[in-house]
Amino acid sequence: MSTPSTSWDRAALALRLLCVQGADLTGAVIRMRAGPDRDRVLAQLKPLGMRKIHPTITDDQLFGGLDLAATLSASQVIENKSFFHSKCNALLTMAERCGPDLAAKLAQQLDAGDGHLIVALDEGAEPDEHAPAALVERFALCIDPEGRMPAGWPDMAQNPQPLDPATVTTTVADIETLTTLAAVFGIDSLRAPSLALRVARAHAALHGRTAVSPDDLNAAAELAFPHRATRVPQDPDTAEEPPAPPEDTPDEDGAGDSDSFELPEGDMLVEAVKALLPPDLLAGLVPAGTTRAQTGGGAGQKRKGNRRGRPLPSRPGRLDGRARIDLVATLRAAAPWQPLRRQAVPTSASVPAGTHLHIRPSDIRLKRYQEQSDRLLIFAVDASGSAAMSRLNEAKGAVELLLGQAYAARDHVALIAFRGTEAELLLPPTRSLVQTKRRLASLPGGGGTPLAAGMQQAALLAGQSRAKGLTPTVVMLTDGRANIALDGSANRAAAQADAEKMAGLMTAQNIAALVIDMSNRPQEPLRALSARLNAPYIALPRANAERLTGAVSAALEA
Amino acid sequence: MKTPFPFSAIVGQTEMKQAMILTAVDPGIGGVLVFGDRGTGKSTAVRALAALLPPIKAVESCPVNASKTSECPDWAELGSKKIVTRPTPVIDLPLGATEDRVVGALDIERALTRGEKAFEPGLLARANRGYLYIDEVNLLEDHIVDLLLDVAQSGENVVEREGLSIRHPARFVLVGSGNPEEGELRPQLLDRFGLSVEVKSPNDVAERVEVIKRRDAFEVDFDAFMAHYGAEDAKVRNTILAARKRLPKVKTPDALLSDCAALCIALGSDGLRGELTLLRTARALAAYQGDKTLTRQHLRDIAPSALSHRLRRDPLDEAGSGARVARIVDEVLE
Repeated sequence: MSTPSTSWDRAALALRLLCVQGADLTGAVIRMRAGPDRDRVLAQLKPLGMRKIHPTITDDQLFGGLDLAATLSASQVIENKSFFHSKCNALLTMAERCGPDLAAKLAQQLDAGDGHLIVALDEGAEPDEHAPAALVERFALCIDPEGRMPAGWPDMAQNPQPLDPATVTTTVADIETLTTLAAVFGIDSLRAPSLALRVARAHAALHGRTAVSPDDLNAAAELAFPHRATRVPQDPDTAEEPPAPPEDTPDEDGAGDSDSFELPEGDMLVEAVKALLPPDLLAGLVPAGTTRAQTGGGAGQKRKGNRRGRPLPSRPGRLDGRARIDLVATLRAAAPWQPLRRQAVPTSASVPAGTHLHIRPSDIRLKRYQEQSDRLLIFAVDASGSAAMSRLNEAKGAVELLLGQAYAARDHVALIAFRGTEAELLLPPTRSLVQTKRRLASLPGGGGTPLAAGMQQAALLAGQSRAKGLTPTVVMLTDGRANIALDGSANRAAAQADAEKMAGLMTAQNIAALVIDMSNRPQEPLRALSARLNAPYIALPRANAERLTGAVSAALEA
Repeated sequence: MKTPFPFSAIVGQTEMKQAMILTAVDPGIGGVLVFGDRGTGKSTAVRALAALLPPIKAVESCPVNASKTSECPDWAELGSKKIVTRPTPVIDLPLGATEDRVVGALDIERALTRGEKAFEPGLLARANRGYLYIDEVNLLEDHIVDLLLDVAQSGENVVEREGLSIRHPARFVLVGSGNPEEGELRPQLLDRFGLSVEVKSPNDVAERVEVIKRRDAFEVDFDAFMAHYGAEDAKVRNTILAARKRLPKVKTPDALLSDCAALCIALGSDGLRGELTLLRTARALAAYQGDKTLTRQHLRDIAPSALSHRLRRDPLDEAGSGARVARIVDEVLE
């Protein structure tokens, strides 16, 4: 086994592999901010002759098409050459800005297997800012060096003339090792071991070996697996029980039998990869197999609007009084048709030949913008007899206070109360303070605790508001003593089971939530429920409205 | 373009493979939707399909792959009218494709250079009598989805723009794939797909190793690999051809018609498309398996694919609609 390597050594190795066997490895993502360090990293790729792609590249540039300006001036058809007309090495800059459609198109090019190589530069600063998963998934390598670049980097020993990787032989045991290793780290995609095998082969070829050695497997695992891992394998020696993943994660079966995987190479490879796992995974912040789109934090999700935000490429459409016309794009769309349209329109005294622009409705291009959607806080408040009336008043006060904050933060607020046998939407999503105060004043209390019904109503509202472009977060205020089942029967066990089912459902729909325990002593079942919801749990036994507001704001901004 | 990975070499994923083969037996089934995580072989299967499908006979210069000169659209300027054998078209519809590219538009080149008004066919024309594949179908822009819904329903593409009035047949099998984590599909589009399957990565290590082994062999020892699986693909192709011949002769007992109806009522699927697809697919399966009469077993085998995407969502059902269909199938068919 090789000596422990630093992240910079691995970066150097990955770059070297890319230069030698780039097309075979399909690509890499480089996670670095712009700076002299990155410039030196990119300098390593110089022999590949990278051509740049930016996230807003148009189809014409990517796939070729009519070069309008040249065609018009030359009066004969001049076409842009497709970016991918021959084997090409592309450098995707600002990959974190790359939209799903461009990612899909590039992925398609990679899938075609014409020997293209794409290196994505990911400058994402926030945790949820990263290159599109559809693309990263198809790359063999991830280059993510930590800290400052060491002096004298890259410190590469001069290797013998690399061999053709196709001549490197692999054994079934090698394949088994890499596949099992991927399974141990909860990597579901089968592209991962397949790509790792290619890395191993390229590594062997680089070192002039004709067969894959344990060193090559080690390098392949270190380069291809850590950024894909979704699970930390548990040491069989440590008796400590691993935190059980939420039962409703899609790969429950896979997680269940992880102990049955046996690695022919022993634990050394596992340890090697484990040492390189990203820290948030080690901290157990990412539950196995789940990729939560967003939690309650920060601003809402991005969506395409047509009036505000960051500009997107314009697209054809009809002027309906709401959208704004993109004049330049419209003129550009109209330009090539002018000779034709002039022929079609008979010249007359009022329309002298060659002086008018002929623009048809189909030329109209509309401006589009991407904006952050508004956030919606859905309060699901337990108004049962068990939740003391005073608590209800605190909740009401908190809603009003939050609304005041929300007004500044452009959040919307909705209120659901559940008591007796059903949940009721007391306040549809609104930003109106007056309306809220009026509705809140009429919130009655007493009766059983239909927790599941309240959650169902909240999930329903969350789904509806999401369809309207809002980003919902559910705030549950309850004492967790569910005693009314969804069908209205007074059965404590069934009520609890229904509540857990609803929690699973809300997790599946990726609804961000927050659970506030307002009972006098923290309730264990409620804590379990919030774990199921993937939601922060806050116990506030003696909360007043201000403290409640503070806790909610803090949890939401976290 | 490299030869795609052969269809018969795909390990496991029987439901997906079966669904695709059945649409080849009877294109009237109306398409397949494949939902699953990344790296489960969705794209591989669709790209492999192109090599598997039996070739079609078409007029050489016809833009919509018509089988007879008389069926070519009148706007097409036919060059060679020879009937040639060509592979069944499998056309990729990339995300972000413009409306012009999908439905066709004025031929800008001829308009510019010769001042002529001519129609340049789009992807829908090329996909006629073949397959239209949309990767990441759940991310498709709404205005393209609307277009597709209309054409998939009517089997005809009508273009009324830039002074053109053009229509041409556009009958294709819609194949969509996507990752459910990234977004839901509109129910209207969901309903247009005849079958839907969910794919998962195999949990069994041996099976996963086999996948990687074959992939590796495909890359390293291409000729030997293709020699073996090329022959396997040919076998499947011949079975498809035989099944197409058998399909009209498959007998459908009346009892099974009421079974179909009972199933769909029990599941509460909207509309009658469920029954029709169920019956059609079951018959295709019977033909593919070489059976002369439809049996309950065929219905049982096909019900999850044909019906699971037509149910109303049950918020309390975590097992997924596939399991729900299986449960109700067991109840209704005893």
